[in-house]
Amino acid sequence: MARAVSTQRKALNTTVAWTIGLLIFFPILWTILTSFKTEAQAIASPPIFIGFDWTLENYAVVQERSNYMRFLWNSVIIAGGSTILGIIIAVPAAWSMAFVPSKRTKDILLWMLSTKMLPAVGVLYPIYLLFIQMGLLDSRAGLVVVLMLINLPIIVWMLYTYFREIPGEILEAARMDGASLREELLYILTPMAVPGIASTLLLNFILAWNEAFWTLNLTAVDAAPLTAFIASYSSPEGLFFAKLSAASTMAIAPILILGWFSQKQLVRGLTFGAVK
Amino acid sequence: MGRIQLKKVTKSFGEVEVIPPLDLTIEDGEFTVFVGPSGCGKSTLLRLIAGLEDITSGHIEIDGTDATNVPPAKRGLAMVFQSYALYPHMSVRKNIAFPLRMAKLDQAEIERRVNGAAEVLNLTDYLDRRPGQLSGGQRQRVAIGRAIVREPAAFLFDEPLSNLDAALRVGMRLEISELHKRLETTMIYVTHDQVEAMTMADKIVVLRAGNIEQVGSPLDLYHSPRNTFVAGFIGSPKMNLVEGPEAQKRDAHTMGVRPEHITVSDSDGLWSGVVGVAEHLGSDTFFHIHETGLADTITVRVDGEVSFKHGDRIHLTPREDVIHRFDGKGLRLA
Repeated sequence: MARAVSTQRKALNTTVAWTIGLLIFFPILWTILTSFKTEAQAIASPPIFIGFDWTLENYAVVQERSNYMRFLWNSVIIAGGSTILGIIIAVPAAWSMAFVPSKRTKDILLWMLSTKMLPAVGVLYPIYLLFIQMGLLDSRAGLVVVLMLINLPIIVWMLYTYFREIPGEILEAARMDGASLREELLYILTPMAVPGIASTLLLNFILAWNEAFWTLNLTAVDAAPLTAFIASYSSPEGLFFAKLSAASTMAIAPILILGWFSQKQLVRGLTFGAVK
Repeated sequence: MGRIQLKKVTKSFGEVEVIPPLDLTIEDGEFTVFVGPSGCGKSTLLRLIAGLEDITSGHIEIDGTDATNVPPAKRGLAMVFQSYALYPHMSVRKNIAFPLRMAKLDQAEIERRVNGAAEVLNLTDYLDRRPGQLSGGQRQRVAIGRAIVREPAAFLFDEPLSNLDAALRVGMRLEISELHKRLETTMIYVTHDQVEAMTMADKIVVLRAGNIEQVGSPLDLYHSPRNTFVAGFIGSPKMNLVEGPEAQKRDAHTMGVRPEHITVSDSDGLWSGVVGVAEHLGSDTFFHIHETGLADTITVRVDGEVSFKHGDRIHLTPREDVIHRFDGKGLRLA
């Protein structure tokens, strides 16, 4: 039932919502603004908000000094690869948990999720050593695997929630109709779960794109993605805020645009099953 | 062909035995109905036959070959579910064609059979719609279409009509019976509705707590129920079961009199009682009679309209030749 809300109350709610929204968005906005300033204006005190000399100089310098496209391509491969690999492993896993649960299924799910609570740095050393031994250091393949493993619990959990919404009788009907397990997953379960799988893909892609700890620690040159591209502008060059901001803006732009266009799908995906 | 035999089949979920050892033979072409109150194991039994549940011990044979460990896809049976279980992302045409596609039939043959089934079930105009755009009755027909195209050894129906409204239910009941007459394929039908069981079945299997209480034709069960449970379950309104002196007079622990086997009079009769609620159906009237000294309520069925009023004292006489007698364990006495 809708509650009656006064106009004043509505206006207040809207103001508060916008304030919080802007507060969260402010760092990103500030980075974007700074990227258009000169280095001097970037560190000016008090800070200049809008009335500065807009310049594209920083972008030109960044573009000239490093190969943006190579970093971008690495990001796409690593985020895309780990997402696809993760889905391929997670669909059967989530299927078995949702439709053939055992007494321990809930425990396994929680245990999987609990691995996300472990500080990543705790396993940095063993993974680093493994990477050296296997010759995976600074390789895209290595990062694809690591990021896939990092995000797998979330993918499995999300898919599990979606699959639980699908009536088991439909899968049983497919079995009665002569479908093998593979056909049941391919022709019935996956098409029915497309909205859920899509938002899982999207969220996971964003998480993998933004992942900085492993991508910074396990890459040097060849496999370095956009996170490394930003980082390369922080320390060795001194504090060139404007250029750093330009690099950051370039790095986050693709994912920001992707996120913007798919926000409906994402919100639906993240709240799916929560209100039933 | 579709002769299904269950031999010493049992099913337990953990510690709980839902089907104690059970033997049953369903002959080829027979319309068999499993009926019983909810929780009696009738759906579980159907799912065991389908292969959707593993049996705990015993054997299932289909046409003489052991199917106990054969997966559902390979048993050659088709099933219609209570929720219809249509594939929501596929058109009606694709839903019906799905089992044929799984059987790797060629496209022309699939087309031919889907069109054939659609014609039989009046679905031709709806072939390109999605299940979500259909009414309940149409969905049910699609589910049946998906079952018949495969030409299975037997059809399994799991309470297929319980989601339909009363008028549609009667219509679909007739359609399924018609289908059985035409196809002459074995059908196993699960329901809790004894009217469906009585009207459709060649053979009724009455279940209680996983046990078979009686197997027989609808009229066998009506005329000679093996025990008080079957006596009370089959027939509508329910049989009156009376204990005490009146039963002892007839050498029984419990006697059963069907509501249609009692005559009513305002002047004289063997028993007397006070009229409670009357249910007027037009064609006949059910009276619920109290204060008879026999049982809390005695139900009487009278043809047509009879003008007894609430509170009237009336007289009842049972037809002695059709009184059922049961012993202390509830078993029928010869």
